[in-house]
Amino acid sequence: MSGQFHPLTLLRNLLRPLDPALLAILALLFAYGWVLMTSASPERLPTLRMHMMIAVGVMWIVAAIPVQRLLSLAAPLYLGGVVLLVGVLLFGEISKGAQRWLDLGIVRLQPSEFMKIATPLMLAWYFHVRDGVTSWHDYVVAAVLLAIPLGLIVVQPDLGTSLLVAAAGLFVIFFAGLSWKLIVPVFTVAVVGIVLLVGFGDQLCQPDVDWHLLREYQKQRVCTLLDPNQDPLGRGFHTIQSTIAIGSGGLWGKGWMDGTQTHLAFIPERHTDFIFAVLAEEFGLIGALVLLGLYLLLILRGLRIAARAPMPGARLLAGAVTMIVFTYAFVNIGMVSGILPVVGVPLPFLSYGGTALVTLCIGMGMLMSVARSRRTPKD
Amino acid sequence: MSEFRNPEQGWRVFRQRAVVAAVFVVACLALLMWRLYHLQVVQHDYFHSRAEGNRIAVLPVPPNRGTIYDRHGEELARNYSAWTVEINPAQVRNIDRTLDALAEVLPFDERDRRRFRRQLLESKYFDSVPVRTHLDDEEVARVAARLYRLPGVEVRARLYRNYPHGETAAHVIGYIGQINDRDVQRIEASGDLANYRGSEYIGKSGLELRYERELHGTTGVEQVEINAAGRAVRLLSRTPAVNGSDLELTLDLGLQRAAEAALGNRRGAVVAIEPATGGILALASMPSFDPNLFIDGISTTDWRALSDSPDHPLLNRAIYSAYPPGSTFKPFMALAGLGTGKRTLTQRFDNQGVFTFYGQRMLDRKSKCQNGVDLHTSLVHSCNTYYYELANELGIQTIADFMAPFGFGRRTGVDIPGEAAGVLPSPQWKRERFSKREHQQWYGGETISVGIGQGYNAFTPLQLAHALTILLNDGEVRPPHLVRRIVDGQNGRILDAAPLPRTPVPLDPRHTEAVRKAMVDVTKVGTARAVFADAGYDAGGKTGTAQVFSLRGQKYVEEHVAERLRDHSWFIGFAPAERPTIAVAVLVENGGFGSQSAAPVARKVFDYHLLGRKVATQAGETDAQLAEELEQ
Repeated sequence: MSGQFHPLTLLRNLLRPLDPALLAILALLFAYGWVLMTSASPERLPTLRMHMMIAVGVMWIVAAIPVQRLLSLAAPLYLGGVVLLVGVLLFGEISKGAQRWLDLGIVRLQPSEFMKIATPLMLAWYFHVRDGVTSWHDYVVAAVLLAIPLGLIVVQPDLGTSLLVAAAGLFVIFFAGLSWKLIVPVFTVAVVGIVLLVGFGDQLCQPDVDWHLLREYQKQRVCTLLDPNQDPLGRGFHTIQSTIAIGSGGLWGKGWMDGTQTHLAFIPERHTDFIFAVLAEEFGLIGALVLLGLYLLLILRGLRIAARAPMPGARLLAGAVTMIVFTYAFVNIGMVSGILPVVGVPLPFLSYGGTALVTLCIGMGMLMSVARSRRTPKD
Repeated sequence: MSEFRNPEQGWRVFRQRAVVAAVFVVACLALLMWRLYHLQVVQHDYFHSRAEGNRIAVLPVPPNRGTIYDRHGEELARNYSAWTVEINPAQVRNIDRTLDALAEVLPFDERDRRRFRRQLLESKYFDSVPVRTHLDDEEVARVAARLYRLPGVEVRARLYRNYPHGETAAHVIGYIGQINDRDVQRIEASGDLANYRGSEYIGKSGLELRYERELHGTTGVEQVEINAAGRAVRLLSRTPAVNGSDLELTLDLGLQRAAEAALGNRRGAVVAIEPATGGILALASMPSFDPNLFIDGISTTDWRALSDSPDHPLLNRAIYSAYPPGSTFKPFMALAGLGTGKRTLTQRFDNQGVFTFYGQRMLDRKSKCQNGVDLHTSLVHSCNTYYYELANELGIQTIADFMAPFGFGRRTGVDIPGEAAGVLPSPQWKRERFSKREHQQWYGGETISVGIGQGYNAFTPLQLAHALTILLNDGEVRPPHLVRRIVDGQNGRILDAAPLPRTPVPLDPRHTEAVRKAMVDVTKVGTARAVFADAGYDAGGKTGTAQVFSLRGQKYVEEHVAERLRDHSWFIGFAPAERPTIAVAVLVENGGFGSQSAAPVARKVFDYHLLGRKVATQAGETDAQLAEELEQ
């Protein structure tokens, strides 16, 4: 006990909750993000530093919470989140045509962002509680638990976040052992649907065709993806300019701070959703592969942590959080490189934006908490 | 139905699923890698050029048009800077709204708006387009103060063309105008289209048209980096424009003014040439017009006034109006007689002023033309019978062959466009000119008409003046020209633009000397003696009258003939008598006898040229007295 006053011992104790491998990968990602922001939007560096410090602090706090405690918080967090979403629906601020923000006087919250973590946590806790006695109607309950926040986010409307929340929930259900008999047909239908959409995009994108489930701007996003050149200065501009930036970067890139697309403001949202275009333009294919490699390491590390966790809830939580990072990365890069529609999904750990960074770091903290539960099994 | 699973089983299921998830992740990342490889390696060249095209705009830098100077360095066509208010379309979202907002600050009319629309269509995206030009200081201040509320609107100084002397020498200088579709086709055909990117004006007539290539200069190129908003942010490279060359004319502005003033409000032309060089000292055609009207598109009212006028002010009479030369042709006929040996200097004729042709008697009532008429007398007193007989003896083919080297019936090649060839008649010409067989036959009576400068032959004032210089130069041919030097716009190098002498006409100096002496006597004792009385210098000349209307045997009485049907008045002359420095041809349309209208104009031109401005004015005052003398 006397050692705890020794500075080194104190440091060791402080760092104990943090998984060293994850921490190293995150440090590299943060560094990469810093380098990119220096080029894309240097005036935001002070704010970015603050965001990073807050995110790391939150991560450290979450990591220090035992995983059982986290799971026990699932229901209150989930319920609170749903209440906030209803609040947004009733009293929310309208910004850019969507109702996403809730002003609580002190802070402006985007509850949908928070639900990206709260929903999989809730589902993980549910399956944790039902462990050993899981039956088909548990999947129905899980589907309902997922559908409630999802529906509330879809009507805001916020396609990007609802996709991520849906993905997070589905990953939990998938890891919980949903029968392949269900997964395979649904997956097949989805793939066929996408193929049909691409094949018949021209007809579907006629102005008079009404897509019943999606709003007009969401239809336009999909149609723009199918043919960005239809409207090169309007809706297609983002995709065209970002693919030009990526393609012109070549193998080695144009060099740090030398991206013409970046510095002449051709890349839209270059510090947020489209920061990958900056990376690919200035650091080329090599730089992009380095990033993909870091993500792959992080995901494999996350899955490994999940696979080794003794508690079912911890496993599901860790697996879902890991796959959320993957989904973010895949959807974002797919969108910026023009193979997925433009939806508002940030590049994990690199895009500017405090809420998303903190959310992701909460997820990382949970991962670390799960990792620790393996090392110090108490029950 | 619920199933029972122990914790180990759940763990196994999870591990299995985690492997599936990992495989899925790797597959998705591989898809991204394939996509990135495709964009960054396979299609790299394409995207590279797209990115370059994105960021680089090539802007033309129009050159300054060359200045045109007279022989003493007076500016005849120049550029001046004026304020314009312009809109940069790249920085404006709604052009109409911007135009409306601008209209509240600075009124402009529908015509400005239409012109702006047209130029906007033709302009490049990154170049600003003028809405209104020639703002005065007060207007500039008003717009400048509100620029902050008008994004994309800017006030700029642009260079404009101006002809400071207005109507003076308008036919020579010509004018520029906005480039139209026909001009585009023309410059495209000549391969110069690229050089006109950024140019708004092009030469349309006169020297401005003829020397377009020299005056225009070479358009420069600026490569600028542009951002997504279309605003130029950095200059990448710049090839400066090479300004157009300046033209230095042989024209003497003062003399030109004197010639135009001498013609006054009559229709006519004056061509004055320096015999030693062929340089044109004055080339006047009246009435004239103001070339400044044409630069920015002439208004309908102005255009109607010019094009509908019966006086045809746009017509350059000096090079386009071809009329029978009348008796001004006689000196050349005299040279033909001497040159072919049909006449000698001393040969005298006592035909009593009668020439009989196929039983028809033609009379010359002038007493000096009745007896002992030699070549000298025939010129001094303009004896028709002498030349009827000479022409008859020579025959039309000989006359045509002798006259051709003087440039009659052929364009002189003067360096302004729009020259007429005129007619030097010959049997061959007549065969080609007329389609009906009965009209193609050449008749002997037509030859004797040609002998006194009537009939089919028709020459421009320029042709007559040019032929006269050949006579004065003893056969040396100096092609008439307006530009003597071209000053390179880039390096200031001076290029001698005067054309090379052509093959001389073989003339015996004794013959030309004799003819010149006779022409000098025309102004002393002959048909122009009254006009040149008290000139203070010796001059030579020959009057002429071109018949407009055949009176079929009736006596020509001026008062009885409508003004437009009166004869055209000609005069050719030179001064001083020894080593002349000026040769002129004067045409006054419907001016009557040559001594009446044309010769006094020549006198004033000579006066200015030899004695200076002051004397010329005095001569103008005595003009009225001279005319009175003639009446008596």
